[in-house]
Amino acid sequence: MSLLTLYNDLNSFLVIGAVLFGLGIYGIVTRKTLIGMLIASELILAGSSINFMAFNRFTSPDPVTGQVFTLFIMAVAAAEAAIGLSIIIAVYRQFKSIDADDTVQLKG
Amino acid sequence: MNPSMVTPPSLFSVDGLVGLVFLINLVITITGGIIACNSERLVRAVAGLIVCFIGVAGLYYYLNSPFVAMMQVLIYVGAVAVTIAFAIMLAAPEEKKSDSSSPLAGPLGLSTAALLTGGFSVLAIKTDWKVMDKINDGSIKTIGIQLLTDYSMVFELISIVLLIAILGALVIARDWRES
Repeated sequence: MSLLTLYNDLNSFLVIGAVLFGLGIYGIVTRKTLIGMLIASELILAGSSINFMAFNRFTSPDPVTGQVFTLFIMAVAAAEAAIGLSIIIAVYRQFKSIDADDTVQLKG
Repeated sequence: MNPSMVTPPSLFSVDGLVGLVFLINLVITITGGIIACNSERLVRAVAGLIVCFIGVAGLYYYLNSPFVAMMQVLIYVGAVAVTIAFAIMLAAPEEKKSDSSSPLAGPLGLSTAALLTGGFSVLAIKTDWKVMDKINDGSIKTIGIQLLTDYSMVFELISIVLLIAILGALVIARDWRES
């Protein structure tokens, strides 16, 4: 398998999805601000969408299902971003910070 | 794989150029992802996220769905990234250089991510995926027909979810003044 035929292979897309997923996990673990975690979670969603689209293109009998599912993932991601960002703004108004280390009011 | 793909194409044939553009796309995606989760400043992280999403849209184009690629650019780059940029401006996060939290977060995160990525990649490559015959072409017309017939219930539900999300975001983020 040459480098130039990678685009016609299911495995290369699955590996790209896994890499994006891993980058997102790394971002969620290491980021300290809430917005950074939200950005990393968008990377995770992108990785899983790539997986759906890859299986949709190469193995699925009905190539519409994966595209429709990816569209729904996008809509849910948009809703998640809207809710998450408004929560972040409310937290900022309360604590004057969006650092995850500062929002410890409920910590025992 | 397909036995007709055994001989690698020349770089200057059409197939070779398609493969080269795919590799460039791949580099754009991974670079954007690395910037998005590593840069110190959040504005740069959003810029990296946009680059990554444009690369992902290109990957969707290679997966035979220009419609989803267009939607990726419209929704993620046009809506989600802009919303995150607005939130960064509204919340004005100060980037603290000092690592007051656990110093283990970096190595632990890196090892977790490497373990997950490696595990998923090995699993994907080792598995023998069964390929089935297509029953339709997956064009934009077919997507539209199926969205209004087979998936009409989900289609309506997702619009309700979006409506509730917009209302909820307004209620949460609004500054309730005592009048």
